[in-house]
Amino acid sequence: MIKRVIFRAKLLPYLLVAPQIAITLIFFIWPAAQAVKQSVFIEGAFGGNAEFVWLENFTALFSDPNYLHSVRVTIVFSAAVTFFSLALSLVLAVMADRVIRGAHVYKTFLVWPYAVAPAVAGVLWGFMFNPSIGIFSYLLNRWGYEWNYVLNGGQALVLVIAAATWNQISYNFLFFLAGLQSIPKSLIEAAAIDGAGPGRRFWTIILPLLSPTAFFLLVVNVVYAFFQTFGIIHAVTQGGPAKATEILVFKVYNDGFRGLDLGSSAAQSVVLMAIVITLTVIQFRYIERRVHY
Amino acid sequence: MVENRPWLTFAAHAVLVLGVLVVAFPVYMTFVASTHDQAAMLSGPVPLVPGRYLVDNYRTVLFSGLGASSSSPPVALMMLNSLVMAVAIALGKIAISIIAAYAVVYFKFPLRMTFFWMIFITLMLPVEVRILPTYEVVAGLGLLNSYAGLTIPLIASATATFLFRQFFLTVPDELAEAARIDGAGPLRFFRDVLLPLSRTSIAALFVIQFIYGWNQYLWPLLVTTNEDYYTVVMGISRMVNVVDAAAKWNLVMAVTLLALIPPVIVVVVMQRQFVKGLVETEK
Repeated sequence: MIKRVIFRAKLLPYLLVAPQIAITLIFFIWPAAQAVKQSVFIEGAFGGNAEFVWLENFTALFSDPNYLHSVRVTIVFSAAVTFFSLALSLVLAVMADRVIRGAHVYKTFLVWPYAVAPAVAGVLWGFMFNPSIGIFSYLLNRWGYEWNYVLNGGQALVLVIAAATWNQISYNFLFFLAGLQSIPKSLIEAAAIDGAGPGRRFWTIILPLLSPTAFFLLVVNVVYAFFQTFGIIHAVTQGGPAKATEILVFKVYNDGFRGLDLGSSAAQSVVLMAIVITLTVIQFRYIERRVHY
Repeated sequence: MVENRPWLTFAAHAVLVLGVLVVAFPVYMTFVASTHDQAAMLSGPVPLVPGRYLVDNYRTVLFSGLGASSSSPPVALMMLNSLVMAVAIALGKIAISIIAAYAVVYFKFPLRMTFFWMIFITLMLPVEVRILPTYEVVAGLGLLNSYAGLTIPLIASATATFLFRQFFLTVPDELAEAARIDGAGPLRFFRDVLLPLSRTSIAALFVIQFIYGWNQYLWPLLVTTNEDYYTVVMGISRMVNVVDAAAKWNLVMAVTLLALIPPVIVVVVMQRQFVKGLVETEK
């Protein structure tokens, strides 16, 4: 935690941490405390005195069908994004680990989507599936499937899931590939000598040894789907149609900035904070114990 | 591989090629759309091969924006804003994190661990969960519509501080001892020994944070109402929402491509630093 050899200075260390701490206090801790504070008050409609209401904002929140709907949408959305992006990237990583020639080239061609902003990913996919000019809407409609994500909530959800999955594949691919390459070749060879074919080796050796990586990625992907996909939703569907893609993060933004409902927005922020804190704690507790590089 | 199974290797290549194509297809479609004129956009589905308006379209969006709608400044300006934001965030994060990590590792002082945990907490408070109060703070400080407002609230970084802390802990104690015997003070040791040793970590972190800064969306959306401070990633969505009914999709797609090219180039060109940064910030 600290060096055996240390420097002696009274003021210097404080000066060194000052910028980081100042920004943390002003832009992180203070606003978070404000959110917690606002979540237990109800503001007067015309900026009058705020009234302390204990947990009324929270009980109102959890009995609000719109909020519960948003919770369900978020769960479906993040489960789908996590599942598809993990599954697809695992397939690609296993294949890339198998080929000797060209593995590096494939890697280059598969990592770049990480650099694409979620909002931009949303625009790319929204364009391909645009009801009036998108190439895939055209094909789908020609094959007799009525596609219009602007009107159909289920289709809108599928579209944002696809965009988010596409955006996240490269990240998972990189970590899966690194995990695969750190599995000792001797284990695989021993299994091969004992007569285990590639499929058998995958299920009984590779997958169990990959599970710490998979678990870590699971948490990271849930965090991504919960929080970083705001751009996709905002750029493509704006939470619509009829709130079909209104995930929690988008709802906080919408209620706070458009609806100007301070108490409810703050209570939602506090709920989200609790979720991030839980996820972060899970991540740190497990990663420290189980991942061995 | 362990045994030679040609058909399996072939299947692996086939899956990978398919994966690469599927992953690249959305960007290809965007590129194609950005090379056509408006008439091609309006007449049914988007063509599958590039058209002849590449130079025209890009010149239009870069230097005069989308024209008719008021909320579209020239894209060159938006890209400049994005560049300023990305570089300022990357450098700012590195600068304040490396000195904070230095203080935590090499000095013993009251409240040391308190500070460390305070920095750790920022991990748990992404912008998305404290949107409104943070906006109020920034507005209260008069930082709306300024580069300071775009960057400063985002440069606190727990991951960067941890990364440097991890790295400093692996630096042999003998170096600090030797420096002290030679009469170097803490600042001199930092500048002449630690900073040069941290070069590769700094490069890796720069790549990650540059992408993070360039791709910011929600924050610029909140703090900029003045077009002069629009960044290109958030600018697109304003265009998409203005341009309904397929009007200027060719131009919007040109902007989209311009928005994704810089970070993609950074990742591809600096792939080694990128992977190192990605793996290390997650440890």
